[in-house]
Amino acid sequence: MRLRKNAVLYWMLLPGMILVFVFHYLPMAGLVMAFQDFKPWLGFVKSPWVGWENFQMAFQREDSLQVVWNTFFIACTKIIVNLVVPVVFALLLNEIRHMGLKKVIQTLVYLPHFLSWVVFGGIVGDILSSQGIINTLVLPSLGLDPILFLADGNWFRFVVIVSDNWKEFGFATIVFLAALSNIDPSLYEAAEVDGANRWRQTWAVTLPALVPIVIVVGTLAMSSVLNAGFDQIFNLYNPLVYDKGDIIDTFVYRVGLLNSEFGLGTAIGLFKSAVGFIMVIIAYVLASRFANYRIF
Amino acid sequence: MYYKTKSYRIFYALNIILLSLISLACILPLIHVLALSFSSGLAVSANKVTFWPVDFNLDSYKRTLGDADFLVAFYLSVARVVLGVVIGIAVTVLTAYPLSKMDSLKGGRVIAWFFVFTMLFNGGLIPSYILIQKLHLMNTIWALVLPGALGVYNMILMLNFFRAIPKELEEASLIDGAGHMTTLIRIYLPISMPSIATIVLFVAVGHWNAWFDGLIYMQKENWPMSTLLQTMIKAPDLSQRTVSDAEIVNLTERTLKSAKIFIGTLPILLVYPFLQRYFVKGIVLGAVKG
Repeated sequence: MRLRKNAVLYWMLLPGMILVFVFHYLPMAGLVMAFQDFKPWLGFVKSPWVGWENFQMAFQREDSLQVVWNTFFIACTKIIVNLVVPVVFALLLNEIRHMGLKKVIQTLVYLPHFLSWVVFGGIVGDILSSQGIINTLVLPSLGLDPILFLADGNWFRFVVIVSDNWKEFGFATIVFLAALSNIDPSLYEAAEVDGANRWRQTWAVTLPALVPIVIVVGTLAMSSVLNAGFDQIFNLYNPLVYDKGDIIDTFVYRVGLLNSEFGLGTAIGLFKSAVGFIMVIIAYVLASRFANYRIF
Repeated sequence: MYYKTKSYRIFYALNIILLSLISLACILPLIHVLALSFSSGLAVSANKVTFWPVDFNLDSYKRTLGDADFLVAFYLSVARVVLGVVIGIAVTVLTAYPLSKMDSLKGGRVIAWFFVFTMLFNGGLIPSYILIQKLHLMNTIWALVLPGALGVYNMILMLNFFRAIPKELEEASLIDGAGHMTTLIRIYLPISMPSIATIVLFVAVGHWNAWFDGLIYMQKENWPMSTLLQTMIKAPDLSQRTVSDAEIVNLTERTLKSAKIFIGTLPILLVYPFLQRYFVKGIVLGAVKG
């Protein structure tokens, strides 16, 4: 009886499994292109096999090496900044006792997360342009010269990291605020009785309570070491900053798709996926060991 | 109490000022661009506009919305949001329900990892592009709806929510002779409305904001709103439109761009109050369970 009833459970799973098989697993099979000189009119079967040639090419071309380094640099800086800022912000916000004000602050800082990089990039592009408010109003009033934020490679990287943090830090505080609100108030009362001031309480009670969730978020972020943010870069960059700002995903799009170098593009994409995969496995093992994290 | 000490009071005042400034920094750029979009081109060029429109006018909106491409794009975006939400939620719920019983379901854990694996590894851009080509989905709305129809992250949120529902409810229903489908629809769905609402909003916002799939899979005349906006904001093209002398006073590239940025933002701002009611709870539920 029970078993007959359970059969329907497998039918329920079928649509999802078909969708995932077609749109996620079939493209994985398409990764064989990385080892082919793929020609669309020849297909997977007839395109000539070239072994590791695409990878060799990818790691010999100067531009693709630069792209891997850019990706790594931008992604790692983002991981660190996007962990530290939300933790500090959550700690500061946790001190606010006026609930109305706290609510208003949360409403404002969560908002940018929901805007797409199309509009957010448009906003960043406008205010940082040579006619934008920063260059025509803010910097002159500070006595500084205009800065070509989006045309100078180093400034571009800076803008990418800061604007990403600006868009996402608020949303990232949610999990930390939740952990803070779960702290047992009697711990603070005990610390108070022992004569600890708020600074001591933060060190002795608040921070230790945050450590597990910081470990989880931090290790899981490791899987993004080659994820520098396609949407953002694509909507902010221009040929002037390719040397410092071009990343794997934008490179794959331009070289692989627009220039139809399918084999090369797929090889670089596979490199990125493989590194991400290894990192996420390491991260998951670490997170489950040190913070008892489980997906299900 | 610690908050009555003088040093803590000074800190508290500084903290309020700092956090208020940071939160304002999240919203002021948007207000600035909104002010630009309602201002005259002359005022914008002369850098007179900060956070309030100068020489208020609606010309850049009239120009943008008068574009026939825009209506088509709007229709396509609405269509993909509706289809994406309906199909997405149906598949997500249907997948999450059996997997929430994965321990008693034979092969359940393996199937669960079949889904989770797609979050860990993917074929990447070019194989996905070729797949859409081979399936003859190019330039159809299904290219925008089907590939992401099952969001595995949302499915896991849903799964964890279903798991928290007391077993007794399900057992009572099954003993009464109801099948799993009836139990799902009559018992589970009504209890889960808040988390379903969260996922609906997330999926809808995701579809509204998605632009890259439109750019690579659709032809120019079938671009959804975000893709059209993306191409207009990133590479504005005024050459194909003639601007009359009366308009040139109010229209510049920047005011037009600003209007487009705001049009892209408006639907998100409209659903944001609803979003905010739900997402904090949904995310916390999914993220910090021990």
